[in-house]
Amino acid sequence: MPFILRRLAFYVVAAWVALTVNFFIPRLMPGNAVQDIMSKFPSLQPSAFRALQAMLGVSHPGSIWHQYGSYLDDVVHFNFGTDVTEYPARVSTLLGQTIPWTLALVGTATVIAFFLGTALGIVAGWRHGGWLDRALPGLMFLQAVPYFFLALILIEVLAIHIHAFPIAQGYGQGLIPGWHWDFISSAVYHSLLPAFTIVITSVAGWMLQMRNVMITTTGEDYVLAAQAKGLPTRRVMFTYAARNALLPQLQGFGLALGFVVSGAIIMEIVFSYPGIGLLLLNAVSSNDFPLMQAIFLVITFAVLLANLIVDFVIVVADPRARMREATR
Amino acid sequence: MTVSLPVIADPAALTEDHPHRQGLWRRLPVKAKAGAVLLGVFVLAAIIGPLVTPYDPSFQNTAPSLSMHGPYAAHLLGTTQTGQDVLSQLLVGIRLTLELAFLVGVAATALSVIVGVSAAFLGGVWDELLSLVSNVFLVIPALPLLIILLGYLPQKGQLATILVLSVLGWPWGARVIRAQTLAIRNRDFVAAARETGERTWRILAFEIVPNEVSLIAANFVNTVLYAVGASVALAFIGLADLNSWSLGTMLYWAQSQQALQLGAWWWFVPPGLAVALMGTALVLLNTGIDELGNPRLRDASHANRIAGRRLHPMAPTPVLQAAAPQRGALTRFAHSFSRASLLDQREGSR
Repeated sequence: MPFILRRLAFYVVAAWVALTVNFFIPRLMPGNAVQDIMSKFPSLQPSAFRALQAMLGVSHPGSIWHQYGSYLDDVVHFNFGTDVTEYPARVSTLLGQTIPWTLALVGTATVIAFFLGTALGIVAGWRHGGWLDRALPGLMFLQAVPYFFLALILIEVLAIHIHAFPIAQGYGQGLIPGWHWDFISSAVYHSLLPAFTIVITSVAGWMLQMRNVMITTTGEDYVLAAQAKGLPTRRVMFTYAARNALLPQLQGFGLALGFVVSGAIIMEIVFSYPGIGLLLLNAVSSNDFPLMQAIFLVITFAVLLANLIVDFVIVVADPRARMREATR
Repeated sequence: MTVSLPVIADPAALTEDHPHRQGLWRRLPVKAKAGAVLLGVFVLAAIIGPLVTPYDPSFQNTAPSLSMHGPYAAHLLGTTQTGQDVLSQLLVGIRLTLELAFLVGVAATALSVIVGVSAAFLGGVWDELLSLVSNVFLVIPALPLLIILLGYLPQKGQLATILVLSVLGWPWGARVIRAQTLAIRNRDFVAAARETGERTWRILAFEIVPNEVSLIAANFVNTVLYAVGASVALAFIGLADLNSWSLGTMLYWAQSQQALQLGAWWWFVPPGLAVALMGTALVLLNTGIDELGNPRLRDASHANRIAGRRLHPMAPTPVLQAAAPQRGALTRFAHSFSRASLLDQREGSR
């Protein structure tokens, strides 16, 4: 079986674990969530009461395994139930409105941060002890700052005092979302500051990791041999050292993605960006459990998919892996 | 014929003059020293801070002149909207945040060591299964899961946060420790211990784990870093006991009362800066520990310069490639699903 298919099987297992955890959390928690929610929202209809019971598994229609089966069936059909706060909106509709925003902002910014950090790490590792290497503690400070805190400071300075960027929201007021130039340019303009925040807070992590692998790789014999042959420095640096150092970096990218994405999602809250993070905050503050659970699943699936893509890239980028694939 | 061996009368003399014993501090990389000093300041603030707070952090002074008053002699970091003293909140908050992070660090690191060491030592199918579990929990993003777990809990106290963060904080460490244990497991001194009839738990506790101390320490520092970040983020979105004072709840209140928009930077900046500096201290400490274990990563200012290029001490070229582990059919099947399987040497049996 090819490597990619096996990895796909692994991600299916991971997705199943996430689904199962998601199913059992409300059922194992103390207290009566349904009553809590009903008392918080007096406007809810009795039908919502039953929907909530079914979603949270309190009413026990059938055995727990039966519920589990119908829950998996629902998820497969993208049926996440009815939302309690914006009743009777479907959760899947709310998700559909917000996912593209998050994907465009967090996805693009993470990829930019990864490439920038890797490039800086290559240089810092190659010129070990150079100025870029010595600037590392400063970058670590930026990495240690909580995303949301830095975002708020940047808003205060760059948006409120200098008026260089819009303060919040995903697009200008009064614009109707659609594929026309006014809207797109406004959306891009509004995403600049959030994207910048994500990039400067996460670039140091990628850089440090790449630098460390790069330093180890630079000490290898084949790099010395390439230099002794008189190859141009740039060629040795990128084609010999960096290319071999890239593999652990890519693996690290896959594994760290969950953390980075989580942080970036919190950051959306500060910018009132109409993405999934803001939706999550609203769900948390209004105890909207069905929505919270659906968001958890969506974020998890997105990270799993990104990991699968990383696996593809590893196979394509690493000749050793490709060769092993061919002989498998 | 007898050979007289130098006899050391006083064993203490041996340990004192031993080069490894003298000044562990002096051998520490600069980054680790800076990190340790910075972290020490925070620990000190956490220990004595709550004893010397000028005011009760929750005490509200409703005098209108004290609402969001900037820093001055009586309130060194100013006051909040309800006239609470920011400095007192900060000192108490540092203790609560650091306490939580350290407890999570201890609990999660203990879990990592238990899972990592037993996976590597049991080997075979158990190893693959434990690795599978930690890989699954690594790819599932932690923060959203933390949010729904804490969202469902009726009381979102300190203990609940510690438990939830510990339960989700172990997989990364378990991975690293497993890899290191696999490397140590086949060393001669472990084989010698086994030959002399040591029990397995003794080998684990007195041969394996002491050789991983620096790795475990680095992992602990990393976990504390994760706990600081996650707990502050969770409190910021309101998933904490909002009546207690931690750095996260301070930020939550400052944000919900619009401190920055109203120009009260002294309310908002100190807790955020404290989190950032705490994080920087931990990252510096961790990098320093890394450099201690891997001399190549160290600052290259001492390295020899030859023809304008800094040359570093190189590790000896490995002559023997470690043999690929022998795996049974079931183990091989389980292993083939991991990302690591792509980098294996090809096994002869395949």
